[in-house]
Amino acid sequence: MRESIHPLAGLRQRIARIAASGGFESRPAEGWLTSGHARFDEAVGGGLAVGRTHEFFAADALDATSAAAFAALVALRTPGKAPLIWLRTSDAGRRSGHIYAPGIAELGGDPDRLLLVEAADPKMLLACANDAIRCAGSAAVIVESWGKFPLLDLTAGRRLALGARDAGTTLLMLRLNAVPAPSVAETRWGVTAAASHALEANAPGAPAFDLELLRWRGGPAGTRWRLDWNHDEHSFGETTLSGALLPLPARRAMASHGAAAA
Amino acid sequence: MRLASVDPAALAVGLRPGMPLADARAQIGELAVVAHDPVLDQDWLDRLAQGCARYTPLVALDAPDGLILDIAGAEHLYDGEAGLVADVEMRFIRLGMTLRHALGPTADAARALARYQARPAPDEAQAIRRLPVAALELEAEATTALVRAGLKTIGDLASRPMANLAARFGADAAMALRRISGDAPSPLDPRITPPPVVAERRFAEPLGSSAHAVKVLSELAGEAIEDLGGRGKGGRHFRATFFRSDGLARTIAIETGHPTRDAGLVMRLFAERMDGLADPLDPGFGFDMIRLAIPRLEALGASQLRLEGGAVKEAAIDELADRLATRLGRGRVRRLRPADTHIPEQAQLELPAIDAPAPLPWQAPEPGEPPTRPFHLFDPPQPIEVIAEVPDGPPQRFRWRRAFHAIRRYEGPERIAAEWWRRRDNGGLTRDYYRVEDAQGRRYWLFRHGLYDEKPDPRWYIHGVFA
Repeated sequence: MRESIHPLAGLRQRIARIAASGGFESRPAEGWLTSGHARFDEAVGGGLAVGRTHEFFAADALDATSAAAFAALVALRTPGKAPLIWLRTSDAGRRSGHIYAPGIAELGGDPDRLLLVEAADPKMLLACANDAIRCAGSAAVIVESWGKFPLLDLTAGRRLALGARDAGTTLLMLRLNAVPAPSVAETRWGVTAAASHALEANAPGAPAFDLELLRWRGGPAGTRWRLDWNHDEHSFGETTLSGALLPLPARRAMASHGAAAA
Repeated sequence: MRLASVDPAALAVGLRPGMPLADARAQIGELAVVAHDPVLDQDWLDRLAQGCARYTPLVALDAPDGLILDIAGAEHLYDGEAGLVADVEMRFIRLGMTLRHALGPTADAARALARYQARPAPDEAQAIRRLPVAALELEAEATTALVRAGLKTIGDLASRPMANLAARFGADAAMALRRISGDAPSPLDPRITPPPVVAERRFAEPLGSSAHAVKVLSELAGEAIEDLGGRGKGGRHFRATFFRSDGLARTIAIETGHPTRDAGLVMRLFAERMDGLADPLDPGFGFDMIRLAIPRLEALGASQLRLEGGAVKEAAIDELADRLATRLGRGRVRRLRPADTHIPEQAQLELPAIDAPAPLPWQAPEPGEPPTRPFHLFDPPQPIEVIAEVPDGPPQRFRWRRAFHAIRRYEGPERIAAEWWRRRDNGGLTRDYYRVEDAQGRRYWLFRHGLYDEKPDPRWYIHGVFA
């Protein structure tokens, strides 16, 4: 009988430890990837939590660039030289285009921080993502996939999320041309391109994004935001030079402010 | 053109080095001439020096046509100096070389004897004294002056006070004399090739299992890396060869982005490579030898961990890049570097992260202006159907991937000419780029390939998508 007591006690201890640490999700984040727009960051509890998984959906294939650029800019906003590891499949260049460093440099990002990894197929992509996510020291890991991703089921997603939590890396899943599905992500966003504020002579202005918070573990979802990227200040914002903005109603609730411009 | 060198047959008929080629041809009609290639000569001398490593590890080059061997303590292997000299002669004659050689108490003395000895002498000291003053290799005028003064041999000079010689011909002359006569040390600058780092193990009984072979490989990695540590080097390229008892050999190689002395890392990369092999390592009838070679070494100092852990994190990323490159192929883990051209699709290079050069600065953004280059670039550009004013109006609407896009805003054209200075056909057509935004707020980069006066019906393409 004595032998069986010890394993039981050990298991009880383990459960007690897990309970004390608050389990998987309730541990506070070690930091945030911020957008630089105070109201936006505040509304999602500080920004995109470090060490968690965040999903960016471009439901329409034509919005692939907006989703990719938003994820990249949020990661490249972080100070320092920590690399941004970007995993994609071989056909991504043909589908959504090659990642173009001069364009990233003109957005104010540092293309030297990019480490591009090209996997042959989604299976290899997932295997490489599992390795990349367990490697501390990156600014973020972007995993770009196209269409349905049947290999990324709840188990695979949870494995990625646990790896990210243990190593303290942030996983940004780019789901292009895909419809949102249940997952273990901390936040889930729908990204579409937004009309820019025209410059002189009706020229297209600064990059603009329409964001919808589809799911957030830490609070209510459903808020919409329209953000502009300001490469001089290296941050997102809601106002632009032209001043020709839709007025923001002052009395609306904090959480739904973002919807005003949408 | 002059003769650089002649063979004994040519010497016999009166040709001399330095003679104009035309004169030589006039003398001998059927003269066989080969162009003089100093680089090849140097190469050949280097190979001979490598071969002479069989006699002694200390072999120095005496360019362009000499070798100096320090045989102190090595001659007994050939039963004394005479045996060694005979062996050298035998091998060089077999290579078709003509040889002049001499033994001397110091390197300079031996060299002078080999190059300038004209008369035999009873012993070394006498031989040196009888050398002509030309052996000092002073300037031609100085040599002539010495001979005119009646000082024809080294012996004549050595019997005079050294101070006079130094005063008249400079300290170098005095030093050369002292070196030849053995009063001053004449150090040798030996050509040393570091032996390649190789660890190997042979088995009396062939190994039948791959797992066991990998275990042996990890022991070999430990040995080879210990060797690297002693040299202050790290390996960049590791090559394991498995020799099967039926004569087949399988080589598996890995590469790292930075020099390493971490046996664990090397074995992890080997494991990664072996997992990804299309046909796995097959022992067949067993491996009878396993060899690990490290052909590419780079300097790597002893390292110390930094307190803040920055170096550790960088090393972790480098290791990840190496591991992924080993699994996927070296060209599939890439970094981006700028290229100096204004042709958009050539302005960035995607280079393997393993040996990407140091970063160069990118074009900085214009303050207050939206980006002029897209986030995603299509290469090759994708053809689209466009409705635009002829000849050079902006596009109004376009069809791409079976969908119509009405253009609300545009900017352009930005005219990018072909690189006419690079290609004979003027480099192709000029492109007019437009930055456009459609009704949904998506921003595209379109161009018309060719001006109307270059081409009757220029086509339109989409080259990229803006954020």
